[in-house]
Amino acid sequence: MKARVDITLKNGVLDPQGKAIQHALGTLGFGGVEAVRQGKVIELDLAETDPAKAEATLKEMCEKLLANTVIENYSIEVLG
Amino acid sequence: MKSAVIVFPGSNCDRDLAIGLERASGRPAEMVWHKEASLPEGLDVVALPGGFSFGDYLRCGAIAARMPIMQAVVDFANKGGHVIGVCNGFQVLIESGLLPGALMRNSNLKFVCKDVELITTTANSPFTNTLQKGQRLTVPVAHHDGNYIADSDLLFKLQSEDRIAFRYADNPNGSVDNIAGILSENRRVLGMMPHPERLNDPALGGNDGSHIFESLVKGLMVPA
Repeated sequence: MKARVDITLKNGVLDPQGKAIQHALGTLGFGGVEAVRQGKVIELDLAETDPAKAEATLKEMCEKLLANTVIENYSIEVLG
Repeated sequence: MKSAVIVFPGSNCDRDLAIGLERASGRPAEMVWHKEASLPEGLDVVALPGGFSFGDYLRCGAIAARMPIMQAVVDFANKGGHVIGVCNGFQVLIESGLLPGALMRNSNLKFVCKDVELITTTANSPFTNTLQKGQRLTVPVAHHDGNYIADSDLLFKLQSEDRIAFRYADNPNGSVDNIAGILSENRRVLGMMPHPERLNDPALGGNDGSHIFESLVKGLMVPA
């Protein structure tokens, strides 16, 4: 089954890349962009067929490797 | 002093680090490939080199920190072993949980590659005991992700426990409190972004970096 993990910076962690994107959008004439935060998306294809088990495994993957939980949040979506 | 340098795919300061350790101790460092599951017997120091392990994929140091040898390095540190991580090695130490905080993209988003002035912030460590508090060293930095982040609780802890080893005189990357290197709680693990092994020979412009290796030899008080 397919799954998707979104990783975003925690609130309060300064995101210089987001700031640079925000600045570039302003340069292109997109007004009113009040904040930009950059994250990453990881798409996985799992052999597991039980969505609950897949979600538990994904959570462990996030805690152990995919996210740095000191500075990042993650959200898991099992797409089926 | 018996030392080992861990080598990951993409490490590029491993040989310089080995020379730094060898010059100070008079004994060649063992090079240990990351796929090994154990360290050589009887080590005093493990060194994690700079470079771009695993292409900096996912997060700098993240993949390297999960390689088999790192469990052995964590066990070694937890038993009181001395570990130094430079640049990418510092990132690996943080990703492996041996040092707290995080290293993020430099605040100006630029790769910074130049000599910087460091201020020795504590002489009370096995890595800085031949230096004086406040002593300035010139050491190169070369990194894109050296912006040290700590929340206010952690920063207070590092400050009050005298665990900031070095500060930048002129902050090149946005690190909180100008932090260039930190120590573990037991003071035996040092992570630093600047490269002492790259300024360790007068022919290359100076040898300020040698103090750190000489401190280790003195601090361990073991025969070469």
